[in-house]
Amino acid sequence: MGRYVIRRLLQMIPVFIGTTFLIFYMVYALGDPVNAMFAGKAVDPAVAAQIRHQLWLDRPLWEQYLHYMGNIFQGNFGTAYNGEEVTTLMGTAFPNTLKLTTVAFSIECVLGILLGVFSGLKRGRFVDTLVLILTLLVISIPVFVIGLVAQYFIAVKWHIVDPSVAYGSPWQDLILPGAVLASVSLAYVARLTRTSVAENVRADYVRTAVAKGLPRRRVVTNHLLRNSLIPVVTFLGTDLGALMGGALVTERIFNIQGVGYYLYQGILQQNSPTVVGFVTILVIVYLVANLLVDLLYAVLDPRIRYA
Amino acid sequence: MPDQNTDPADDPMGTEVHSAFATPTPNLASMESEQLVEREQLEPEDPEDKDNLEDRDDRQRERARSLWQDAWRDLRGNWIFWVSSLVIVFLVIVAIWPGLFTSTSPLACNLSNSLQGSSSAHPFGTDNQGCDIYSRTLHGARASITVGFFATIGSVLVGAVLGGLAGFFGGWWDAILSRITDIFFGIPLLLGAMVFLTAIDSHSVWIVVAFLVILGWPQIARIARGSVITAKQQDYVTAARALGAGNSRLMLRHILPNAVAPIIVVGTIALGSYISLEATLSFLGVGLAPPTVSWGIDLSNAVQVFRNAPGTLFYPAAALSITVLAFIMLGDAVREALDPKLR
Repeated sequence: MGRYVIRRLLQMIPVFIGTTFLIFYMVYALGDPVNAMFAGKAVDPAVAAQIRHQLWLDRPLWEQYLHYMGNIFQGNFGTAYNGEEVTTLMGTAFPNTLKLTTVAFSIECVLGILLGVFSGLKRGRFVDTLVLILTLLVISIPVFVIGLVAQYFIAVKWHIVDPSVAYGSPWQDLILPGAVLASVSLAYVARLTRTSVAENVRADYVRTAVAKGLPRRRVVTNHLLRNSLIPVVTFLGTDLGALMGGALVTERIFNIQGVGYYLYQGILQQNSPTVVGFVTILVIVYLVANLLVDLLYAVLDPRIRYA
Repeated sequence: MPDQNTDPADDPMGTEVHSAFATPTPNLASMESEQLVEREQLEPEDPEDKDNLEDRDDRQRERARSLWQDAWRDLRGNWIFWVSSLVIVFLVIVAIWPGLFTSTSPLACNLSNSLQGSSSAHPFGTDNQGCDIYSRTLHGARASITVGFFATIGSVLVGAVLGGLAGFFGGWWDAILSRITDIFFGIPLLLGAMVFLTAIDSHSVWIVVAFLVILGWPQIARIARGSVITAKQQDYVTAARALGAGNSRLMLRHILPNAVAPIIVVGTIALGSYISLEATLSFLGVGLAPPTVSWGIDLSNAVQVFRNAPGTLFYPAAALSITVLAFIMLGDAVREALDPKLR
């Protein structure tokens, strides 16, 4: 187990470097940030050169990258070009996005798995068909359309919640955006759980459990569900990172000042410290979530052992 | 006992005949395959047929059918396949010749007609700029379907070749490729899109296609790698190798036909998601840009006005969803037909 974790951590290093470098390169290709800083106005060449020197922009790309990464590992994410510390921006952005992701992830897990188990057990019945059709519909509609329509009906027309999320993102405001963010993943989780449950319902161990006279609830939760959850957990793990990155659209619709909002601003202003800093955190979240998923396999299925 | 008072159809351990095939290991690729299980023909189709079941088996054995012939036989009887194919054929016709269905130009807009309801001149009404929504919805098919189609072809070609070679040869090439796909998986898709597409001034269809190929091929590569590794371990490959077949013959004659099925299925489903993604990119302001006509552009224009004119959002959204749905359902049907476990 310990050796497995170490090997996985070592494998993460090239992936981490590759992903951050790729983003670093793409932001670098956005153009000269000095021009963006002065919003296209004419700049004194001496001043421009001075700024470039200060920001290491006059060095080769790889040197800039090493310098930047060296600072990150000392906890210094640099300063956005408007003078704010990137860590300060992160302090305001990440709690909001984390809250939104938590709401979305909980909805996705609870509702998705419940719907999936329900329709998997009742396969071929009305409930099952309904779940299949609904999830297919949700998958086929772009998230931003779902978000806009939900916002219009639930918030604007029926006044059930506020259309825009208040400053500080109180939990009750985040339920609707969370549900929108979760919608597509929820549909996938439900379908995945259903497939898995429907396959395992015929397995020998379920037959044995039923034959032993175990109560139905125990057969479903302890025997069926635990064995059916492995593909679902895989999906949930990769989805956690996707949710945080994909919050971009939801945050825009519901006016949440989270990671997506700051990233969007950062990209428009060609603010590389902000963009690369935020992406670095997202990449770490993604990598750690994937590692946790692989470790969870062993908990869910004792047959899986890591050497 | 609580288990026994449910009716037999509900009881998983009921009288149903069990499949002779082992339960497949569940994985991500089985996500769309939930209908597979109940499609299994566990009982003879026709009660009358029961008697001459053996005759039929004999007749079927006379001529060995290939996987593809089998799949085609399966698909022919599947109404989902026919409906989704018809929808797709119709969409392709609309994409190539939108003029067949409307004579109004999607760019002939008159601001004095802004946001009108449906009328005989404008069956779906007009949008904010006074353009005919019916015509824009029809003409929008071309950009959206072009993006979906070419992005899929590109990512399938790149992904299948690189992933397939990695699976076939293994070793250091496989290790490097796996890390590269990991790198691409680590970048949040929309975020990469924002950065990449902001960096490029042009907002043509081909730029969006190129971007989708760059971020889309690792997914296909993973699946191709997996299915090539599975195919490589089969006995017929060992047999062919023992008979002296070279690498290229093994790959083309033995592995490709047996490993290509999952790639086709994932490709069909990816096509739908690329079309949806194009719309999201336009919504974020980094996708296609006018004067290109696409559903994504229409949807993002509708954001400001759909509360007063629901048609501006509804018709492009409906067209887009039907397209995505058609491709997902086609992928599902093909997956069912190609999965030999289900026969």
